[in-house]
Amino acid sequence: MSTARLNCGYVPLVDSAPLIVAQELNFAADEGLSLNLLRQPSWAALRDLLALGHLDAAHMLAPMPIAMSLGLSGPMARIDALMVLSVNGTVIGVSNAMAEAMRRKGWPGGFASPQDTAGPMLSALDRPLRVGVPFPYSMHRLLFEYWIGHTGLADLSKMHIITTPPPLMADAVASDEIDVFCVGEPWGSVAVGNDVGELILPGAAIWAHAPEKVLAARHAWVEENPSVVGALMRAIARAAAWLDTPKNRPLAIEILARSAHLDLPHAALDHALMGRFATQFGAAPVDVPGFLRFHDRAANFPWRSQAAWIGAEIARLAGINRDHAIAMAQRAMRPDCYRQHLGPIGVDMPGASAKIEGALTHPMAVASTRGEMILGPDAFFDGEIFDFGGAE
Amino acid sequence: MNVQLVGRGWNALPLSRTTSCVTEDMKIAVIEPDPDRARDIIDALMEGGWTDVVVLGDVSGLARKLAALDPDLVLIDLANPSRDALEQVSVASEAQSRPVAMFVDRSDDEMTQAAVAAGLSAYVVGELQPDRIKPVLQTAIARFQMMSQMRNELEAAKQALADRKTVDRAKGMIMRAKGVGEEEAYALLRKTAMSQNRKVIEVAQALLTASDLLT
Repeated sequence: MSTARLNCGYVPLVDSAPLIVAQELNFAADEGLSLNLLRQPSWAALRDLLALGHLDAAHMLAPMPIAMSLGLSGPMARIDALMVLSVNGTVIGVSNAMAEAMRRKGWPGGFASPQDTAGPMLSALDRPLRVGVPFPYSMHRLLFEYWIGHTGLADLSKMHIITTPPPLMADAVASDEIDVFCVGEPWGSVAVGNDVGELILPGAAIWAHAPEKVLAARHAWVEENPSVVGALMRAIARAAAWLDTPKNRPLAIEILARSAHLDLPHAALDHALMGRFATQFGAAPVDVPGFLRFHDRAANFPWRSQAAWIGAEIARLAGINRDHAIAMAQRAMRPDCYRQHLGPIGVDMPGASAKIEGALTHPMAVASTRGEMILGPDAFFDGEIFDFGGAE
Repeated sequence: MNVQLVGRGWNALPLSRTTSCVTEDMKIAVIEPDPDRARDIIDALMEGGWTDVVVLGDVSGLARKLAALDPDLVLIDLANPSRDALEQVSVASEAQSRPVAMFVDRSDDEMTQAAVAAGLSAYVVGELQPDRIKPVLQTAIARFQMMSQMRNELEAAKQALADRKTVDRAKGMIMRAKGVGEEEAYALLRKTAMSQNRKVIEVAQALLTASDLLT
């Protein structure tokens, strides 16, 4: 079998693991693929290279293919999200000074309660909050704004959203450029380790099943190369299943720490992959079950309803027509590819490609091809439910 | 006027305004933390007749700085991790004049590809005419190509030096362990590399790694 070489872009974060494991553990080779993993210095660079055809596929922030397809970010290009690479895995933190100010306003501390945290956070300073996010179109920003917007306690337009590359986030906190940071691991733990910040919430506390990264590719390329697309999706699905097998996690940490792809030390990977966090410098770590999912709970399935939620939030952010944004978002998500390429290898498929987002406060067995699917929880912190139609 | 560029020494040439271009009334901001690279880009733009060029080395408070400078065009290395910060400025609704990423409309894909291949990205602020942007970009693309070639050459030279040191260390180790001469030690490395279908440097590295582990 001849080997097809694919240029795959990624940003060196813990959640790029499915691509790295697919290559390093030969899941790609088993499918006749060689993944040329190309590390990117910024999301903008990754986006431009994908749009212009220098990359075949990419590890991308879930809102990016949608923003790109709407012409809101970078060179206009129709980009598809073939599958979800990871669910959750982000943290929200504040500077040490901010944490102290929040305690004075009655914040009880902890790492689980958006409702108890919002008030003290929003009243802590008598000037507009400066919030660091990794990219304008990121789940970090959408979740933060959803949280603050839905508490009804603050005017979002009065906040300063400041894009900061994740590796520089802890420095930006230390040099007092930002008060709050929303970031993927390991960069939240780095701020804690440097004793400059404190973690206040995992992203999952705002939406319990938020698609974080997706596998993105140009729509035209996807249509022209069905067999390569299928091979890539199968390799990544197997890597994701391997990663979500608990006994493999310590080995995953070894592989990721040793490979040259991430350049992150062992300890930096440990928090996210083992789901244990010290939220404060020197504090005992707390367990956050399901902090970062790669496969379980149908994590890889690209739900059209997830895309619709993202589209609706982008419409609010960019001030564009909501129905149009939702329709384009749903078009960018490709559950059809997922069913076509992963169905034949026995991946469990849900009955519908959309669900009511936010309905599950507990895990629940649902109808699926193999009858083994458990979904949820996928609740929002405020109990809101989103029905965009198309759910069974 | 024909400006001759001789090897790398041309950087030392005094800035001349000898090109046929008239001085353009356009403010260009270059975001580049490396002073040498920044100077290279400025030189190229100056020679092309664009004299109003500002360098931002540090991107903290980028939105504020850009608002104060009010440039018409922003040039930034594709590899600069601060590009995402520029993206934020370009979508911020409160910004009065937003920089918009070049090539958004894909009107000139050939130029876009050339820029990306050279490692350049550009943002346009306001209503600049395409025919005024194009020559700036062509100049910047040419300079970025030259810089990336020099960077590649430098890295290749550094790598070659590092490889030689590694091979020398491995040779020394074999000489000591087996009591052989330098030529024989190298021959042994080469023979092993050939029989395993690997490069000499890979075998040398493996030897050093193994020895580090065992001592």
